[in-house]
Parts: sequence; structure tokens; C-alpha cells
Amino acid sequence: MLPDTIAQARDGLKNGKYSAVELLETLRKRIGSAEDKVKAYIHLTDDLALEQAQAADQRIAGGEDAPLLGIPLAIKDNICARGARTTCASRILDNFVAPYDATATQRLLSAGAVILGKTNLDEFAMGSSTENSHYQPTRNPWDLERVPGGSSGGSAAAVSAGMCLGALGSDTGGSIRQPASFCGVTGLKPTYGRVSRFGLVAFASSLDQIGPMTRTVADAALLLNVIGGKDPLDSTSADVALPDFTKALGRDVKGLRMGIPKEYFTSGIDPEIERAMRETIRTLEKLGMKQVEVSLPHTQYAVATYYILACAEASSNLSRYDGVKYGFRAENSKNLLDMYTKTREEGFGEEVKRRIILGTFVLSSGYYDAYYLKGQKVRALIKRDFDEAFKLCDVIVAPNSPIAPFKLKEKLDDPLQMYLSDIYTISINLAGLPAMAVPCGFTQGGLPIGAQLIGRHFDEETVLNVGHRFQLDTDYHLKRPPL
Amino acid sequence: MSAKFDIQHIAALARLNLNESEREKFARQLDQIVAYIDQLNELDTSGVEPMFHVLPLHNVFREDEERKVFPESDYLSGAPRRDKGHYEVPQILG
Repeated sequence: MLPDTIAQARDGLKNGKYSAVELLETLRKRIGSAEDKVKAYIHLTDDLALEQAQAADQRIAGGEDAPLLGIPLAIKDNICARGARTTCASRILDNFVAPYDATATQRLLSAGAVILGKTNLDEFAMGSSTENSHYQPTRNPWDLERVPGGSSGGSAAAVSAGMCLGALGSDTGGSIRQPASFCGVTGLKPTYGRVSRFGLVAFASSLDQIGPMTRTVADAALLLNVIGGKDPLDSTSADVALPDFTKALGRDVKGLRMGIPKEYFTSGIDPEIERAMRETIRTLEKLGMKQVEVSLPHTQYAVATYYILACAEASSNLSRYDGVKYGFRAENSKNLLDMYTKTREEGFGEEVKRRIILGTFVLSSGYYDAYYLKGQKVRALIKRDFDEAFKLCDVIVAPNSPIAPFKLKEKLDDPLQMYLSDIYTISINLAGLPAMAVPCGFTQGGLPIGAQLIGRHFDEETVLNVGHRFQLDTDYHLKRPPL
Repeated sequence: MSAKFDIQHIAALARLNLNESEREKFARQLDQIVAYIDQLNELDTSGVEPMFHVLPLHNVFREDEERKVFPESDYLSGAPRRDKGHYEVPQILG
């Protein structure tokens, strides 16, 4: 019997309904029947997972009660797990075996988790559809002809299809929230600095953040408790108190003010998504929350700002892939420089190259002030918008994506259109805020729709509490795709 | 070809070899993307401090103590070419 949630599995393990090894076998059977269609994983960590499950059973037998003891989880393949390949879905890292654990991975393992495998993504987390993977596109479990979103599409699809009980994703401009929304699961991007980035392969260091992807908000809170907190190995991890997020759940939401950003409900949003959002707002009002209109006047500049800054940081971060210390190296080079340029030509995929070129351009002599510096200034204006909005409200309620899951290949040839679909998620990374996708409805065609709850810096508690309260009143998050 | 981009120059800065069809395609797409990005010029940002980071970050110091994180073999095991405990690279000059 496949448990629906981490909370259920914890009970099952604690009450001796099944062992961690049996639970692992159940998940593996599910993977065996669904993975051929969905292709959520890049690789499974077979032997490691069995050893971890056996160790968990021993710890359970010894009376231990760690928060994730025996819980089978998946990890996006840009987060290192010692002894397992970490490919970033790129040819250039195809054979890279991580010599250490990311702090988030290490904390999951200390809490007793069993790591099933590493999930698919857009190469180096650059994309919104998981089609930019060197290995394979992942399919949306709700409609195999459609994309699962991206870049954490593998993690979202694996959770949705029941091929893990929870997963880690990473979010630089929406890469947890948009795929969570497309696949009908819960996905939290914590405040920048809440979760250590040590061992997360860098894309845009001032924006990247690791977060949980789960079926329920309660499970997301459980995972954030484990992975959150200051880490001496990441100097940008914030030294702020880590509350018990599980305890934040169940507080009364009556009287809380939800801000509705008027710029997020203009033309360009799919009418079905707008309808689901209005319904979500009504549900939250019934629970006693108050609706206030807020304005984020620089929203229309967010995509442009993001692609300047994210690509600039990426072009710098990805300069480390040079074929010397690890990863792929091109053959038959005349000299060192020739080896660099050929290795990068053959090792990187198209979207990564496009972003390296754009990032190099905006940082290049003569353009730095016009683009990079300008972008940093507009970023300050975007953050200021949120500071003003949060004077009027406690949480912002918004869509995640203006469009429903689209068909494979539909947007692949038009990068600008693909970038524009990130309009509702990107500003949140620029401002460093916490935000969570929660399932809030379906299109007439049966595709999931997600709402986005955005909080103040380091106020994941309000975001989680409102999301949890919403899930107590709705059942969208409990629906399973017809696989 | 692009009016704005010297795509060959940018690719050389990025240590990235592009074939002819990539050069042509990227130059065209990047023209579109840069035209889109240029809308930021509508905004008056005089007097706005650039925000390089969301957190009030300052340098973090620690004692400079020697410690072995993982064995040398772990560093070298992933290298495409290695020799006697060193990374091996093609000829550097010439």
C-alpha cells in the first residue's frame, strides 16, 4: 500500500505497519510501473537506498524517532549526494560523482531519509519545461503529451506520480513553484538564505534556493524543519532563528490580510487560471481572511531584470566547466584554449549556451552599466514594491503561471516566450522572499492549477499556515493523476 | 547578422566555440531578447542604489585552520586526465 503523505508513512513506520525496506520496495514497484511513461528520474540510487532503508529499520528498532526515519525521498540532480552522480542534466557533468553531500542532503540523511534517486531538470536548472535535459524530457503525469514545468520538473512529476513521498527542488526564478503548479503538488521556495546552498550546483548565486516539493503543506513544513538553518559552509545562509514550522500550522488565519496584486490579474492570464484564483480568494475569505488590493508597479520589468542578472551570474558560475578537474573533456585539442572552447561547445546544450552568451554580453566592456548595473537598480525598485505591499497585507495571493501546462515542443523554439511565462514567479527571487505553490483547481481539460502564497522575508510560517488551512478545506492536493 | 552583437567576440570572451548555425540563430534570438530588455530604459533609476544582494551581507571571517575535508583521491577521481597526483592538460603555449 502506497502512503499518500510523509506524515502517513511516518505513522505506518512507527506503528510497525511496514518496515522502511518494505516501504522502499513499495515505492520501487510504483517507479517500476510509472517511470517508463513519466521519466522523472535521471538515475536511481539502488544500493545506497537499500542500505539507508536497512539502517533506518535498525534505528527504528532501537527506538529512535528522527523526523524522516525511513522516508523515501528524491533529490533534484543539481544537488550533490555523496557517491551518486550529480549531472545537472548536462553532458558536461554526465560522469561527475559528487565527493561530498550538499548540506541539504546531509541533513535529510541525518534525519533518516532514504534517497531513491536523482530527478530530471532543465540543464543547470535553466528552463521552464524540463525539455532542456541532456537525457530526456520529463512528462506531466496528468497528461503525458504535456510538460511538467521546470526546471524541477522531475521532482514535481515524481511527487505527483507517487514515485517518492517528497523531493528537493531548487528555485532561481520559479523552478520549484511553476512545476509544482503544473503537476498539482505543493512546492515551497524558502526565503533566500533560509536553506544552505552548499552542494547545490550554482546557477545564479544571488537567486538560487533549495526547497521542498511534497503533496501537502504539512509535509513541506516537516522537510523545511530538517533542511533549514544556518550553515558555516554557506556564508550566505542566514543566521536567523529556525522556528518549528510544523507548530506554525493550525494557527487561526482569521483577520489575516491577503494582498491581491492588481498587476498579476491583467491581460495575459488564462481565464481558467484567473477563475481558479478568484475561487481561491473566496475560499480564503470564507476562512476569515481579508482581501486588500496591492500594487507591484514594476512587475512588467521583472522578466527583463531577471534575465540580465541571472544570465550574468550564470555566465560567471559556469566558467568553472573547463574540462580540467571533473566532467567531460573534448578530445583532440591543439592546446589548452582549444580544449576549453571545444569542451564547452560539446558539453553544454543550446539553452545554456544562449544564457552564457547573453550573460557575457551584459557584463562585457561598454555594456556593463547599461544592462547589468541598470538591472541591479531595477531589482531594488522591485524589492521596494514588495516592501510597500507588505505594509498593507500579511501574505500575497497570486497565480504561479499565466498559462496551464503546455505541450512538449510547443515553446521550445521561442526562448523569449518561454521566459515570459515566468512573469509571476521571477520577482519573488529578485526580492528574496518565501513563496509557495499550492494546488487550487483544474482546467476543464483536467490539468492542475496552482496558487502562489508569498510572504515577508523569513516569514515562511504565515505562508505555510495559510496554505495548510487552505488544504484542510480543499482536496485538490489529494487528487492523483490517472496513470 | 546582429546589429548590436559581435557574437564571435562574446563567444570568445565566454571561451565557447559556436558553429555557424548557432552563431546565426543566437544572434537573431539575442537581438529579440535584448530589444525586450531595453524596455528597462523607460525607467528613471537615477538616485537608486543598485541591489546586488537581498541580504545585508558582509564578509565572514573564520580562523584559518588546516583541515582535511576529503582525501586527495576524491578530488582527482573525477578528472578526465590525471598523472601522478596532478591534473593533466594539453599544451598551454603555442
